Amino acid sequence: MKRWIRDGDVVIGRLDRQEAAVVRGLVSQIQDMLLARAEEAPQDELAELTGIRTGPSEAPDDPILGRLLPDFHRLDDDAPDPDEVNSAAALRSLHEPELLDHKTGAAEIVLQTCSPDGGEIRLSIGEAEAWLASLNDVRLALGTALDVTEDMPDELPPEDPRSPHLGVYHWLTWVQDTLVDAMMP
Amino acid sequence: MTTPVEQERTQPEAIGEEIAAEDRPWQTVVWNDPVNLMSYVTYVFQKLFGFSRDKATKLMLDVHHKGKAIVTSGTKDKVEADVAKLHAAGLWATMQRAS
Repeated sequence: MKRWIRDGDVVIGRLDRQEAAVVRGLVSQIQDMLLARAEEAPQDELAELTGIRTGPSEAPDDPILGRLLPDFHRLDDDAPDPDEVNSAAALRSLHEPELLDHKTGAAEIVLQTCSPDGGEIRLSIGEAEAWLASLNDVRLALGTALDVTEDMPDELPPEDPRSPHLGVYHWLTWVQDTLVDAMMP
Repeated sequence: MTTPVEQERTQPEAIGEEIAAEDRPWQTVVWNDPVNLMSYVTYVFQKLFGFSRDKATKLMLDVHHKGKAIVTSGTKDKVEADVAKLHAAGLWATMQRAS
């Protein structure tokens, strides 16, 4: 991977075959998790009539999905305000279907534009924005799974089971950061 | 928030205060998290809200150093839409009534 560069309305990057496999594998996994969550949405005859979709009102139990699909209010873990709990449930139900569409759609654009063989990647600005959002989702998921902290070292001790995965996380961070640089107005 | 490990960056000092909670009923709050990149958060603030680089950077640094920043305020509908946009970008955002 070289740094992403922007040439007018085109954003250009390059991944080798192994790097492309890492990106595609992780993006597919996140997309699958989000699609599974979308299937949990309640079936609602009223929603079918009105066309207004509703999602679950409960936050996901899974910490990765919880990070990708946050509540609309900051709820106190021990003594949440009942009004805010009700409001957060209603807002989640209203907004989650669209958020899931956005995230799975961004993942799909990555999968369509990242060849399994690797090689040069040429993106429109809109596609590059989808890559940014999707790479960020993958890093949020990995960061949650690895329990990443702000002062995370570059490397963990070899005996730490997270050690091999942290390298992937740091590499994705670099890929995303150079893409931000290329996109920054 | 974080920066890539491959490159060293100097950390500027926190500047200024959070934007004043104007006389408006709802606020959009962005919370610090250990994963989101400082560069990406600045980019998102510029792109979603049309902030200047300076304003976006200042708010990003408030999030980073103070743990949170109020980035927009207004009617419930406006703030709700802003939070939804921030969630789509992967930022940890919530809404609250102005106190």
